[in-house]
Amino acid sequence: MSGAGPRFAIFPTRMALTTMKNRLKGAQTGHSLLKRKSEALAMRFRDIVRKIDEAKRKMGKIMQVANFSYAEVMYTTGDIGYQVREGVKQAQLKVRAKSENVSGVQLPAFEMYVDGQNVSELTGLGRGGQQIQKCKETYKKAIEVLVELASLQTAFVILDEVIKVTNRRVNAIEHVIIPKIENTIKFIGSELDEADREEFYRLKKVQGKKKERLAAETAARELIQGDMASDDAQPNNLLNEYEQDPDVIF
Amino acid sequence: MEALFFNVEDGFLEAMVRGYKAGILTNSNYQNLAQCETLDDLKLQLAATDYGNFLQNEPSPLATTTIADKARETLVSHFQYIRANAVKPLSTFLDFITYSYMIDNTILLITGTLHERDTNELLERCHPLGLFDGIAALCIATNVSELYSTVMVESPLAPYFEKCLSAQDLDEMNIEIIRNTLYKAYLEDFYIYCQTLGGPTAEVMGEILQFEADRRVINITLNSLDTELSKDDRNKLFPTVGRLYPEGTMKLARADDSDQVRLALDPYPDYKQFFDEPVGSERSLEDKFFEYEVHLNKRSFTRQFQYGVFFAYLKLKEQEIRNIVWIAECIAQQQKERINSYITIF
Repeated sequence: MSGAGPRFAIFPTRMALTTMKNRLKGAQTGHSLLKRKSEALAMRFRDIVRKIDEAKRKMGKIMQVANFSYAEVMYTTGDIGYQVREGVKQAQLKVRAKSENVSGVQLPAFEMYVDGQNVSELTGLGRGGQQIQKCKETYKKAIEVLVELASLQTAFVILDEVIKVTNRRVNAIEHVIIPKIENTIKFIGSELDEADREEFYRLKKVQGKKKERLAAETAARELIQGDMASDDAQPNNLLNEYEQDPDVIF
Repeated sequence: MEALFFNVEDGFLEAMVRGYKAGILTNSNYQNLAQCETLDDLKLQLAATDYGNFLQNEPSPLATTTIADKARETLVSHFQYIRANAVKPLSTFLDFITYSYMIDNTILLITGTLHERDTNELLERCHPLGLFDGIAALCIATNVSELYSTVMVESPLAPYFEKCLSAQDLDEMNIEIIRNTLYKAYLEDFYIYCQTLGGPTAEVMGEILQFEADRRVINITLNSLDTELSKDDRNKLFPTVGRLYPEGTMKLARADDSDQVRLALDPYPDYKQFFDEPVGSERSLEDKFFEYEVHLNKRSFTRQFQYGVFFAYLKLKEQEIRNIVWIAECIAQQQKERINSYITIF
């Protein structure tokens, strides 16, 4: 029914109906577009979730190896952590951020690159240098995985948010806006019909009244004519009325 | 001859060290330790040994670094007790032992000061055996030349610095090269000192220090392959007291890859065997060096009336701490398959 459900506060006119119909069409197009976007994002999202899972497992393993190789270094050289930290002048491994476009969403992607030379190359020269280099390599790999994981995680969070927003929009269009427009259209339609019927009824009424009046007039006329016919078969002399008047004598 | 007067001054301390030595963990101790599932189990097992309840006041969960620190503390207290009771020439000998730690500490402070770090934090990081009276003064220096003069005045290492480094070097050279230059000077000095003591000390310590020197030569060679360190510079870092000197070191100085290193060591049966290892073996060259070092140190206990035992005890104990920490690490990181890589002492 036209009255049920929310609708736009609008005068039920033909023009409004056209606007509403246009809006409905727009909403439907938007809905299908957003739906497709959300599906694309969801696909990407699942992809990322799978990759995160893989990366996390990989990180677990590689961190274990890296930690253990540090334990080896500790065994051979003693604690070199401080020494290495003091020796660092600038970072050798750096992270670059790019952005990637997935269905209109900007996802940051981090990328690790090696900059400058190996400063701790000579660390442990007298003892344990090989272990230190090995340890360094494993940690480098661990950092690579970490960076990868970081970009995946960021993408995960952003995508999650965007998917939520898109889904909310899709649902809003599907369950709120479209029914509302449809309601309005129905309302306008029914109101217009109602107006039509009213108009029809009015016209009919007017016509009825007219007919009534016509009939009455005809009847009256007939009555007069009938009277005249019974009095005098002759046509009425216009002067007849006056003939009864007494003659005026001057 | 030395037997006649040795016990007058050093007999008590030698007895002490031999007593301490009896407390070094044995193979069965290690096997028990390796069976542990958690670090708390390890603590319990260690409580049954000479370490006693050195971890008693440590809150759970234990960190491996805590174990290492505490174990080192016990060793340091032993050493300081001996040092406090020593008279010349044993006291000088013991001082010589501490110089190697001083080198590490000084280098650490130099790096820290050059990078303007918080020096109090650095002092905490120093090895307790390598502390000397003026060490805090090193932290006050603000620029390189000041630092250099402070080192010259305050530290017992002054002769080594004087011999091989200038103030300018301190600024320009790689800190690792400085460290190794100092260490080379130290080893040579220590060796000469031991030789002047004469008698069994000279023999026992000579052997140990020669091995130490050779080990450094081999390590430096292997570690500097494919690095920016030039061959001339490499040659300058080689101590000149080892058995490899002069012929072996010369060959090693020219080596370009590990095969050439192996070839250079071919005439030395003791060192040659270190390389006779099937590919993919768990035991690294460092492990073999440690093993051989332990072997030499252990052997020094078979001789009496000499100072080698003091050095040997310290080194064996250090190895023991490394072993314990290794086992603790393996337990903490659940890498049980490598747990047996420790080096048994007795």
